[in-house]
Amino acid sequence: MSETFQLDGAAVPFEPGQTVMQAALAAGHYIPHLCYHPEFKPHGSCKLCTVKLNGRTTASCTLPAEAGLNIESNIEELNALRRTLVQMLFAEGNHFCPSCEKSGNCVLQALGYDLEVHATGFRHLYPDRPLDASHPDILLDFNRCVLCELCVRASSEVDGKNVFALSGRGITKHLIVNSASGLLKDTDIALTDKAMEVCPVGVILKKRVGFSQPIGARRYDQRPISAQALDDAPRQVDASGNCKTCEDAS
Amino acid sequence: MGNDLETAAHPENLRRVAIDPVSRVEGHGKVTLLLDENDRVHQVRLHIVEFRGFEKFIQGRPYWEAPVMVQRLCGICPVSHHIAASKAMDMIVGATLTPTAEKVRRLMHYGQILQSHALHFFHLCSPDLLFGFDSDVTKRNIVGVVGAYPEIAKQGVLLRKFGQEVIRVTAGKRVHGTGSIPGGVNKNVSIEERDYLLKDIEQIVSWSRESVAIARKLFEQNLDLYNDFGRFKAHTLNMVRADGALDLYHGGLRARDMDGKTLFDHYDYSHYWDVIFEDVKPWSYMKFPFLRSLGPETGWYRVGPLSRVTQCDFIPTPLAEAERKAFMAFDNGKAAGATLGFHWARMIEMLHAAEVIRDLLHDPDLQGTDLVSKGVRQDRGVGVIEAPRGTLIHHYKVDENDQIVRCNLIVSTTHNNQAMNEAIRQVARQFIDGKKLTEGLLNHIEVAIRAFDPCLSCATHALGKMPLEVELLDAEGGRVDMLTRNTSGALCDTSD
Repeated sequence: MSETFQLDGAAVPFEPGQTVMQAALAAGHYIPHLCYHPEFKPHGSCKLCTVKLNGRTTASCTLPAEAGLNIESNIEELNALRRTLVQMLFAEGNHFCPSCEKSGNCVLQALGYDLEVHATGFRHLYPDRPLDASHPDILLDFNRCVLCELCVRASSEVDGKNVFALSGRGITKHLIVNSASGLLKDTDIALTDKAMEVCPVGVILKKRVGFSQPIGARRYDQRPISAQALDDAPRQVDASGNCKTCEDAS
Repeated sequence: MGNDLETAAHPENLRRVAIDPVSRVEGHGKVTLLLDENDRVHQVRLHIVEFRGFEKFIQGRPYWEAPVMVQRLCGICPVSHHIAASKAMDMIVGATLTPTAEKVRRLMHYGQILQSHALHFFHLCSPDLLFGFDSDVTKRNIVGVVGAYPEIAKQGVLLRKFGQEVIRVTAGKRVHGTGSIPGGVNKNVSIEERDYLLKDIEQIVSWSRESVAIARKLFEQNLDLYNDFGRFKAHTLNMVRADGALDLYHGGLRARDMDGKTLFDHYDYSHYWDVIFEDVKPWSYMKFPFLRSLGPETGWYRVGPLSRVTQCDFIPTPLAEAERKAFMAFDNGKAAGATLGFHWARMIEMLHAAEVIRDLLHDPDLQGTDLVSKGVRQDRGVGVIEAPRGTLIHHYKVDENDQIVRCNLIVSTTHNNQAMNEAIRQVARQFIDGKKLTEGLLNHIEVAIRAFDPCLSCATHALGKMPLEVELLDAEGGRVDMLTRNTSGALCDTSD
C-alpha cells in the first residue's frame, strides 16, 4: 500500500516525486487550478490551487506530496479567495464571454461557474489590447490572456520554437510574440504546434472555425470543470474500470 | 395648431411636456410635446436615444464573431441580428448555403417571428387592446389579462414558449444562441428534436388562427377607433420573394409610394445604399432613413408587418393567405391602412410562421449533415432579412486579415422612425390637442408607438410598471406641474 496524506479528511495515496496536485487528481480529488497542466512542469503562478497546510497557504501544484500531510482545500475560506482571484482575472482583461468563441470550452469561464462567481466585483480595467490577426491561419486575441505561460512553455519545451514570451512587470506584464516585427506572421508557428492546444482561454485561436461547435457539444456544457479535470488526470485504472489508486487508499 | 407638428414656429412661448422614458427602447426613449396656454399642440417628437455603439466596437473583431456579437443588440429578437449578420458573412466567405443550412436558418427565423409576435401582441399590447387605452391603469397589464382572459393569456404564453423552443433547437439556446455561422449552421435538427416540436405544432397553428380572430374582432368591435387611430399615409418598404410572395428570410426589396405606385421592385439588397439613404436631425440620436428617389423630406416610409402583409402579392401558406385576403378586404380596405392594423397583420404573420414551421418540420433536409459551404472570399457583405419589426440591414467590410473594418446597421425601428413620429402627431391632434393631460391620454401616445413594436423590450410595461414622468414647464422653463407613474405603476401628483 502506498503512503498517504490527508486532503479534506480523505487519505490520498501518492508515488514518490508527485506533487499534492498530481496525487490528488490521480486519486479523484479535484483542486481548482488554471495554470497547472499535467503535461508541463508546475508553474505555481495563478494561485487558484492554493491549499492550507498547517495553517499556512501554499500552491498545491508545486507542493511535494509527503506522508502525513494534513491539507485543507475545499473549504469556504479558500474557495472565497479563489473566487476573488477569478474575479480579478476577469477585471484585468477584456473577457466578453457572450461573444467569445472559446465560450463553453474556456477554463476561466468554467472555473467561474464552478466557483459560483456571480459578478466580477472589481472595477474593470478595460486594457487596450489590439488583436494580432496578421497570420493567415491563426488569430491572437490578447484581451483574454491570463498570463498562465502555458503557450510559452509549450512553444519552448515541446515545439522548440519560442514563439511566445511574457514582457513587462506587475500590472503591465503582457504576452508578446518573439519576432522582429512583433507580429505572429513573422514566426514559424504552425497549426499543429502544441502551443495551439494549451491556451486555457481564447487567446490563441485557429481562424475561421469559431462557433462551429454547437452549444451542448462544447467541453463544459455537460459537466463542470471539477469533473472534467479528473478525467484528464493520469489515473490508475484496471481492466474493469476500477481506480486502483482509490481502492488502495480506502 | 400647425399641420406639421415636427417643429413649432415659435417654441419660445410654449410649455414643454415630456414623456421620459416612454418605455425601454434600448433603455432610452421619450416623447416631447410643446403646448400653448390653451393646451393646443404645436410640436410632437419621438426621441429614441439609441446608442449604436456596436457599429464601432465591432471594428477590429474577426468576421466570424459578428453573428454572435451583434445579436446582443437585442434580447427580444436577437435571432434577427444573428441571421442578418450571418447572411452578410455568407457573402464574405462566398458561400451558397446547402439546403439543410438554409432550412435550419429559416426554421430558426420563423421561430423567432412566432415568439416575438406573440410576446408583443399578448404580453405588451393586449392589456391596451382588451381593456381600453384609458382603462384602469391598475388592471391594464398582463396580470390583469390573466385574471380577465385566462385562456387568451395562456395561449399567448405558450405560443411564445413554442417559438423559443424552436430557437433553442436550432440555435442551441432560447436567447443568444450560436447556431448560424458564416456559410451555414453548426447543427442540424435531429429526429428527436423534430418530433419534440411536431407534437405541439398543430395546437400552435390552431392557437395562431384564434389569435388572428381576436385581432379581427377588436377591429369589428371598435371600427371607427381602430380604423382612424393615429392613421396616416406612408410609403412602404419590404422584402418579397422572386414571385412576389411574402418571404421573411430572403428576397428582393420592394418600395411603393403612399398611393401604391411601385418605386422599385425585387431590388438586389447588396446595393441597398443606391435606393436608401439616412438623414440626420439635430433633435434625435436616431437617423431617419429615406428613399433616395423621393428625398429626405418626403421619402420616409413604413416597414414591418403592416407593410409586408399589404404589399406582398400573396402569402405562400394557405391559412395565412386566406386571412390576408380577409384583412385586405375588411371595411373596403381601411384596416390595411390603419396604424392599429399592425396588430392584425402581425397575427397573420404569426399564423404564417406557424405554418412555415409545420412545413419545415416535415422536410427531411433538416436532418442533413452538409451544414457549411464556402466559395471565393469577398471583402464586403450585406445581409438583409425581414425581422419581426421590419426590414433589417447588416453591412460589413472585412480586411485581408479577416478583421471587420466597417459596419453599418439599419435596424427595423430606425426605418420606422419618421412613421412613428407621424403616428404620435396624429394621435396628438386627435386626442391631446386642447385637453388636460391624464395618464389615459398619455397612454394613447404609447399605444400608437407600441403598434409599431419598436423594439420596446417593455418587460416593465407588461407588468404595468412602466415608469413615466410628465413635466409641464412654463415659457421660462419653470416647472408648473408634474405627473409621475412610478415603478410600481402608481400615479402620483408630484407637483411642488
